Amino acid sequence: MVKENAKTLLEINNLQIRFGGIKAVDGLSLSVKEGEIVTLIGSNGAGKSTTMKAISGMVKPFAGEIIFGSDNITGQAPNVIVSKGITMVPEGRRVFPNLTVLENLKIGAYLRYDNLTNDIDYVYSLFPRLRERSWQLAGTLSGGEQQMLAVGRALMAKPKLIMMDEPSLGLAPIVVAEIFEIIKEINRQGITVVLNEQNANMALKIGDRGYVFETGRISMSGKCSDLANDPKVQEAYLGKSK
Amino acid sequence: MESILAYLLAGISYGGQLALIAIGYTMVYGILRLINFAHSDVFMVAGLFVIYLQTAVGFYVAIPAAIILTVVLAFSIEKLAYKPLRSAPRMSVMISAIGVSYLIQNVAMYITGGLPKVYPDIPLFTESVEIFGASTKRVTLLTPVLVIVLVVALVLLINKTKIGMAMRASSVDFETARLMGIKINNVISMTFIIGAVLAAIGSMLYFSNYNSISPTSGAMPGLKAFVAAVFGGIGSIPGAVVGAFIIGICENLLKMVGLTEFSDAFTFALLIFILVVKPTGLFGEKQYDKV
Repeated sequence: MVKENAKTLLEINNLQIRFGGIKAVDGLSLSVKEGEIVTLIGSNGAGKSTTMKAISGMVKPFAGEIIFGSDNITGQAPNVIVSKGITMVPEGRRVFPNLTVLENLKIGAYLRYDNLTNDIDYVYSLFPRLRERSWQLAGTLSGGEQQMLAVGRALMAKPKLIMMDEPSLGLAPIVVAEIFEIIKEINRQGITVVLNEQNANMALKIGDRGYVFETGRISMSGKCSDLANDPKVQEAYLGKSK
Repeated sequence: MESILAYLLAGISYGGQLALIAIGYTMVYGILRLINFAHSDVFMVAGLFVIYLQTAVGFYVAIPAAIILTVVLAFSIEKLAYKPLRSAPRMSVMISAIGVSYLIQNVAMYITGGLPKVYPDIPLFTESVEIFGASTKRVTLLTPVLVIVLVVALVLLINKTKIGMAMRASSVDFETARLMGIKINNVISMTFIIGAVLAAIGSMLYFSNYNSISPTSGAMPGLKAFVAAVFGGIGSIPGAVVGAFIIGICENLLKMVGLTEFSDAFTFALLIFILVVKPTGLFGEKQYDKV
């Protein structure tokens, strides 16, 4: 839900990330407003995941800056970034298989010291199936349930911005639809969402604005509805021929 | 009958001492996938700390001070020799651990002059007591009780506390643990600290049965504890404890039937056997697929 004259929440200026000599991200700028759903689309290796990892502090940028609210968070440690209000649903879900569902949620709130009961209830109300499996080890859940748990876990830190890296990867279409409904619901609660999604079709439907990544740069950006109608995007990412 | 009991008691006690060392191996392996070869030398140095501190300040200060110094030593080893190699191949860290092990032994050799140092009698441990007609040192009875208390406390720490949850999470997935805001270096330090405390306590119990310590005194109990950890399934705490008790009891029963010379050989034969038959050990860690 984007309010009129919403403030910029996240701003990336001229970000460069190198692995050895390879430029994974090469002078990339983007911005995210409060309350938006911003989708990142592009082929594999275009730098979407790497950009997300830089925002979450898992990868140190070579140059450029990342501003969150009024703080420069470039190159900060992940725990600092989580405490500022950015959490991530990593690619491949990455729930802790040896922890119970409840513990996975609690560990999402690792940096909080207040009472978690209400937030756990909130996550369980979003995903009733997790409540049934509260005491089960997360490793025993199905892929879809693990994805729900990964989203719930990211919510537990009470983030302002939640980043989701490929949330639909390897899931049945019906589960994907469910996850996207939840993303919309989370967004309605006022949480800003950055979505990296291979399924460009769905991503452009749900998002407010989108950025198209190509070889570490942004080749196109704009409203999702405009991008979805753009012939170049349609050909390259939506599988439609001219 | 009394003699069986005496051997059994000695075995349980020895097993308990090995268990306290084995937990250090298994926990560090669980988090870092590193076999900390320096652990047995930290165990030996804990004994030297008691010797030197006891002459300087007496028992009541020496015992806690030795535990604290052992923790400082293990903490510093991790920070200086392992942490800089965090992203290096695992083999490099292992070689660094072997280097630390020899470094400690040689420094100990230099300080002690290579002569065995007499381990002091800690009255609480070495006083003689009688049980069912068999006479033994009090440490023999104290060890299993202390080991059980410490293991229960450790299991509670790991299963019920926040840092314990962070340790369990980090042991399967470093990167995601960091994404949760967990400071991975604190978790690793904590692991080394716990291992050092247990090794220091184990060292006091263990050396109370021996007269002296030389710089290589840590090697044999260290190796046995390592075998116990592998036998139980390295990475698993209950595994290490059970493995240590089994080895301790079996070795002493072999001594009872007159095969003292073969008790060491038995332990290492057991290591080879378990590696061939069930490489993951009794309670081997489950393999989780990292997607």
